[in-house]
Order: sequence, then C-alpha cells, then structure tokens
Amino acid sequence: MKGKAALASDLARRTEEPQAPRVFRPTTKSPLGPVKIASTVSAVAPLLALLAILGILVHQALPAIKYNGLGFFVHNVWHPGNFYLQPVTTNGVLHPAQAEYGAWAIIAGTVLSSLIALVIALPASLGAALVISKLLGPRVRNALGVFLELLAGIPSVVFGLWGTLTIGPLLSRDIYPIVAKHMPDVIVLRWFRGSTGAGEGLLTSGIILAAMIIPIIASTSRDLFAQVPTLTEEGAEALGMTRMEVTTKVTVPWVSAGIIGATVLGLARALGETMAVAMVSGSVLGTLPTNIYSTFNTIAATIVTTLDSALIDGTGLAVRTLAEAALALMLVTLLANVGARLLVRKVSTTALPVGRGV
Amino acid sequence: MARDPEALTRIGVRTRRRKAASGAAISLGVIALALVIVPSVWIIAQVASKALPHMSWSVITTPGVGLGGGLENEIVGTLLITFGVALLAGFIGVMSGIYLSQFAHGRAASVLRGASEVLAGIPSIVVGYVGYVSLVVAFHWGFSLGAGLITLSVMVVPYIAKTTEVSLRQVPTSYVEGAEALGLNPGQILRTISLRTALPGIVTGLIVALAISVGETAPLLYTAGYSQSLPHVALTHSPLGYLTYAVWTFYNEPSAKAVQLSFDAAFLLIVLVLALITASRIIVARASRHREVA
Repeated sequence: MKGKAALASDLARRTEEPQAPRVFRPTTKSPLGPVKIASTVSAVAPLLALLAILGILVHQALPAIKYNGLGFFVHNVWHPGNFYLQPVTTNGVLHPAQAEYGAWAIIAGTVLSSLIALVIALPASLGAALVISKLLGPRVRNALGVFLELLAGIPSVVFGLWGTLTIGPLLSRDIYPIVAKHMPDVIVLRWFRGSTGAGEGLLTSGIILAAMIIPIIASTSRDLFAQVPTLTEEGAEALGMTRMEVTTKVTVPWVSAGIIGATVLGLARALGETMAVAMVSGSVLGTLPTNIYSTFNTIAATIVTTLDSALIDGTGLAVRTLAEAALALMLVTLLANVGARLLVRKVSTTALPVGRGV
Repeated sequence: MARDPEALTRIGVRTRRRKAASGAAISLGVIALALVIVPSVWIIAQVASKALPHMSWSVITTPGVGLGGGLENEIVGTLLITFGVALLAGFIGVMSGIYLSQFAHGRAASVLRGASEVLAGIPSIVVGYVGYVSLVVAFHWGFSLGAGLITLSVMVVPYIAKTTEVSLRQVPTSYVEGAEALGLNPGQILRTISLRTALPGIVTGLIVALAISVGETAPLLYTAGYSQSLPHVALTHSPLGYLTYAVWTFYNEPSAKAVQLSFDAAFLLIVLVLALITASRIIVARASRHREVA
C-alpha cells in the first residue's frame, strides 16, 4: 500500500506534465526487462547494418579509388586489363597490366534513364492521383488504391521480362521507326532521330522504370491531395474557378513540397533499380548512347551483370572497382532519399513510404 | 457594362474557353490514369497467357534439369528463403518497432529511426554486393541460404519496423490508461493491450514485407547463388534456387522450354505476391470493421 504522501506526489507528478509523451517507466522488477533488452538490440541493428554496409563498401573501394583516381568519374573506358601478363603495382595497388576503368558512360546512363522515367512518370502519376482523389467516388477510389498497391508488388524481374520480350520489340518495330522518321532535326528532338535498334535501350528502360515508380509517386500524391482541405477547394470553386483552375491554383500548390519529395523518392528508386534495367538496357560497357534508342548501361545493372566475370581478376581490382561504383550510386540515392524525407517532414504530416513503397 | 456592350460577350467567350481548358485537363487526367492502369494489367495478362496454357503439375513437382524440367527447386527455395526472412526480419523488425514506439525518446530515437529509413533507401544490388563480399567471401559461408536471407532481411527490416511502430502508436491512449488503472504492469499492458490491438497492422506489414522479399532478385544472386537440386536445409555452404532467378536466367536461353519456364516462374511470382498483398488487405479490412463495431 502506498502512503498518502506518496500518492499525493504521484498525483503531482502526473498533473505537472499532462501533455508529456506516454513512456513506460518500468521499475527494476518490471517483467518488461527481457523485452526491453531484445527490442533495444533490434532497434540498433539497422544502424549497425547501415554502418557495416558503408564501412565494407569503403574498405572494398579504397584500392580502386587509389588506382582509378578522380578520373573514374569523368572518363569513359572499361578495360579489366590483360590477365595473361604479370600483374603490376601502381600507387601501391596490385592490378592486371593495362587495367583502366572510367564510369562516365554508366553514370550518364543511370542519370539519363532515370530522368526519362521521371518525365513520363510524373505527369502520369499526378494526373492519375488527381483523378482518383478528386473525381472518382469512394468505392472506385478504394479499389484503385488497392490496385496501386498490387502494382507496386509486381517483382522487377517480371517488369524486365515484359520489357525485353514484349514491349521492347513492339515499340522498336511499330512505334520508334515512325517517331524517328518524323522527328525534326532540332535541339533535344534530334535525340529521337537515327537508328532505333532492337528495342533494348535508353527509352525502353525509361518506360519500364516509369511503370515501376508510378505507384510510389501516385499513391503518395494521392495521400497528399486527400489532405487538402475541402473548404478551401470549395471556396475556390465558389469564386468561379473551373475544376482545372482549382487544381492548378489551389490543390497542387497546397502540397507542392510533398509532391517534390515523392518525386525525388521515385527518382532514387529509379537510380537504384537493377534487374529490370539489366534486362532491357542492352548491357554495353564503355560506350555513350548516341540517341534515345541506344543501348546503354547503368551502375546498378553493371554491378549485377559483371560481378561474376569480375571474379576472374585475380588481383581483385575488378571487384573493387564495382565497389567504387556502388559507393557512388549509394551516396547519390541516399542524398536523394534523405533530402526528400527532410523536405516532406518539414511541410507535411504525410510521411514518405519506407522501403519499396508498397 | 452599359458603356461597353461587348464586354458580356467577351466574358462569355473567356468562360467558354476556360471551361473547355478544364474539360481538356480532365480528359488528360483520365488518360494519365489509363497510362497507370494499362501497363500492369497488360503485364499480368501477358504473363498469364504465356504461362497458363502450358502449366501442369510437373512444373511444380519436378526440379530443374538443364534448361528443362520444372521449378520445384526454385519454389522450395523461395519458400525457404521467405520463411527464414519471416523469422529473422520478423523478429528484429517487430522488436525494433516495439522499441521505437514504446521506449525510444529524444535524440537516440530519431537517430535510430533515421538510420532505418536510410537503410531502406540503399539500392538492393549494393546490399547484395556487400552481402557477397562479407558473408559469402570473408566469412567463408559460400553461396548459401544463410547469406541470402540475412542480406534480404537487411532490406526488409526497416519496413517491418516502420509498420510495427506506426501500428503501436495508433493504439488509443485510453486503452493503455484503462489497463494501467486496472493495475496491469507494463509487460502485461504491452502483451495484452498494445500488441493485441496493433496486431492486424503488424501482421499486415509483415506480409507485405514477405511479398517484397519474394520478388527480390538482386540481393540474392550473389548470396544465395543457384542450384538445380532441391535445397538442403543448411544455413551455409549450400547454394539454392529461387523463382526470380529462373525468370532472370531462362528468358535469355535459346530454348523454347527455358523461355516457357521463365514465364511459368513469373506467373508463380505474381500469384504469390498478389496473394500475399490481398491477404494483407483482407486483414486491414476485417480489423477496421471490427473497430467500428467496438
């Protein structure tokens, strides 16, 4: 039994901080002990995994960074070297003779394919999200919400399979030649002219990537649009604005920062996407795309398609060079990810989805 | 207005133009919606139409032989890996969510939460690469179930942690305070009130995480390896097959049977993933109906 004084002090403590966040204050005898220990260890695990990944990547990449130098990011060459000659030591790094690496082509390929994906996915997702949240009834709206979730769950190899065996050949046979023939020879549009290839390349990859990031951008912006107060929109409509004017002048500006965040998150996913791109890129190394249909490669796809052949390099430089590329890719995607989250957290209550955004 | 008789007509013309623009914008929106819906329906329909006509029990019940045979080894492998992820990532993820929602406060909490979100943003092939150089090579585990499922778990733990944390935070404070008033200790409250109320949300997150891990390829290629024989129940030194590998490798082979297997595997993957996501939706729907009654 507690004494009266203890009860009073307990009451005082409780009334002092009525708005304080609810936290358990287990006594030393609390049966929560093991749970608390296990959960603390588990909660630290992701942090440890993150540090381990960073540490291992840097450790792996260091010799490659030393050997390849800063030129790695601006040169365009991919020569694992001559494995039949005696390995040579340069800058304290043992490497096959004549080995030379420059990732400019795969960096450009990564950025270009993701930008193409974004140009397609952003208007499609915003349009779809606006129609879903503002024009459709609640039943259709819910059904389409579930549909977007299912879409996000389709494995990326299945997207790749569809891209390489169905949509790629179809586009290169029926659509690309017509576009290439009629595109005027002016700035930017010039990129759509020339040889259209066999359907594996930059534009096909961009289209597949767009299909993959649409669910992320669309479902996040749908949540954002649902947050815009109805009264504000109705007020705008009462002032005589048309549906489109309400959307472009009230709804979208109200949540614009959130939309930018969702877009950057989609971009980060496109930058890091591996399997689908590896299946529709055409997998060339060391050549820059000459037009929008050209075969190309991305950092992620290069890692997945060349890691097994890189193992042949007895000095390990090829594997370490892939670590250098992976490190660069990871830093860029993390920057995009963290930036997007900070931006959205600052201005909105909707948190961006974690993980694949299902 | 009286001084300018044409003003009304001008306003009329402008209104008509604005309304036409609005109508055009709405049709563009509907086209956008179609752009979102059509590809996915197309993918599912196409994979089903290529896989179903040739689908037979032998595909599911025989392991692969060269470029032919069936997919039994891949199916068992995928189920084994998914089961392992459910245990490992499920435990760490749920526990981590409990910590973040119940015990964490201040700076440490936001650091842990941030680390988890950042981890989720790392491209899957980078996680796979690190799994390869550390678990497979440095630890001498070889291509194995252990290396594959740890690598995959690293990818889905943040998602499970997040959904668990959010579900636990949504437990009404009045429930917890009621239990407190009845004299339950924190352990009992967590077990009988908080976790029970949050269970549908936690299970949903877990199922979606499993759907994600069923569909992953890049983290497994260089950690789980591949094998055509049925997987051994061994954590190390024993490579195993999985469905995404069959899709990724067989589509490119110069054999109609191999391409067929690729589509069969894709079909099984879609069925598995959609079944898992549908199950999670049903749990959510049931839980919300239950809440309305109560």
